[in-house]
Amino acid sequence: MFHSFGKYILLLRLSFRKPEKFNVYWAEVMREMVSVGIGSLGIIATISLFIGAAVTIQTAFQLISPLIPKNVVGSISRDSTILEFAPTISSLVLSGRVGSSMASQIGTMRVTEQIDALEIMGVNAPGYLISPKIIAGVTMIPVLVVVAILLSFIGGYVACLLSREVSPADYVMGLSDGFNPITVTVCLVKSVVFGFIITSICCYQGFYVAGGSLEVGQASTRGVVYSCVMILFFDLVISRMFL
Amino acid sequence: MIEIQNIRKTFGEKTVLDDISATFKPGTNSLIIGSSGSGKTTLLKCIVGLHEPTAGDVIFDGLNFTDMDFEQRVPIRTHIGMLFQNSALFDSMTVEENIIFPLNLFTNMSKAEKTDRANFCLERVNLKGVNKLYPSELSGGMKKRVGIARAISMQPKYLFVDEPNSGLDPKTAILIDDLINELTEEYQMTTVIVTHDMNSVMGIGEHVIFLHNGQKWWEGSNHDIAHTDNKELNDFVFASKFMRAAREKL
Repeated sequence: MFHSFGKYILLLRLSFRKPEKFNVYWAEVMREMVSVGIGSLGIIATISLFIGAAVTIQTAFQLISPLIPKNVVGSISRDSTILEFAPTISSLVLSGRVGSSMASQIGTMRVTEQIDALEIMGVNAPGYLISPKIIAGVTMIPVLVVVAILLSFIGGYVACLLSREVSPADYVMGLSDGFNPITVTVCLVKSVVFGFIITSICCYQGFYVAGGSLEVGQASTRGVVYSCVMILFFDLVISRMFL
Repeated sequence: MIEIQNIRKTFGEKTVLDDISATFKPGTNSLIIGSSGSGKTTLLKCIVGLHEPTAGDVIFDGLNFTDMDFEQRVPIRTHIGMLFQNSALFDSMTVEENIIFPLNLFTNMSKAEKTDRANFCLERVNLKGVNKLYPSELSGGMKKRVGIARAISMQPKYLFVDEPNSGLDPKTAILIDDLINELTEEYQMTTVIVTHDMNSVMGIGEHVIFLHNGQKWWEGSNHDIAHTDNKELNDFVFASKFMRAAREKL
């Protein structure tokens, strides 16, 4: 385990060496940002709308009491979405979509000698292949999480319209009532950290693949599993640190 | 010129290369031959720095490559071209992007100059009109030629080729051999080819090294091979019926 951790740290160090040519790396960063950001928008939009609606309905179900104001449903849904559902669930889904793709892409390049070809040319392969992916992850995953929050609220609003347990006006009032900006800070910190975890762990798994297509698949699975576990671990750590 | 001195490579307890020394001269095709598992590809990877030798030195024109760190190796690496067994073309890039990739990173050429260079390299390997195709759209022989075009795009001083003819029909294999031979002469490159194809050995093997069980067993030219009394080399060279029949006619 310590050996793997050491290799992971060394790989990260190599990944952030001075680039051979900045504009070539910049183009690669842009390409990865489009792939991570635009490429994941559909799945994030879909899960966010459903999660927002489900959270609102379940919260309303648990708070049916004449003693509790109806707008509390909106406040509780808002905080659960910002603190937990948007950053954590989105990141778990993204580790499956983005992380597995990165691990298998780099793993395939390894087994087909494309990484050897880069090294022969004098290119710092970890820098060229991994750093743009990490930069794309830590910049685009927070953006996707913000989109996820907004769409969850829309999902919650639609759920109120359809279920009639809470009126849409109460829900909207609850969203703004007692808002604490620290929740957004925690959410953004989480999404940056999760973005780094997903991309770095999956790239590491792909970079050190040895063998063939079977091993590439195994590395991709390992990347997703390890990044999911680390996301949940750091979810706890960050929540404890900030709240 | 490339010199390798007392190269040894072990993986755990297993010794894959044992005390191998040789000199590869400019303008010459040097072929490393041997049966599967004899250490040919490992030796090639030690020379180009993909594997670090356990002991010994690799010297490129007087510069000890083995003692250098990554940064120090870059200027030498920009003079190295390599054709891999499966071509190792970047599959997310078009043919043209593959060829200009090293130019993007290590030169200050304009876009037009890079396109001209890519076209020149493609013409040199007898491929035209494939600039915008992706590697998945090419045949095995075309991939090899694009691999050669990419390898020569930086006008290398050293060319390394790993199993150039694997998976190719005999006619295409000869075309690839002839192309490598022409380019070696034209650019006076130091060319090192790993192969087990006896057609290549007889066709372009000016300098041949035979590896057996990780050791250098024999060294000479393709003209000497037919007359050697080295048992292991004879077993390897004349393993096929075709080569045995050819020897009887000689």
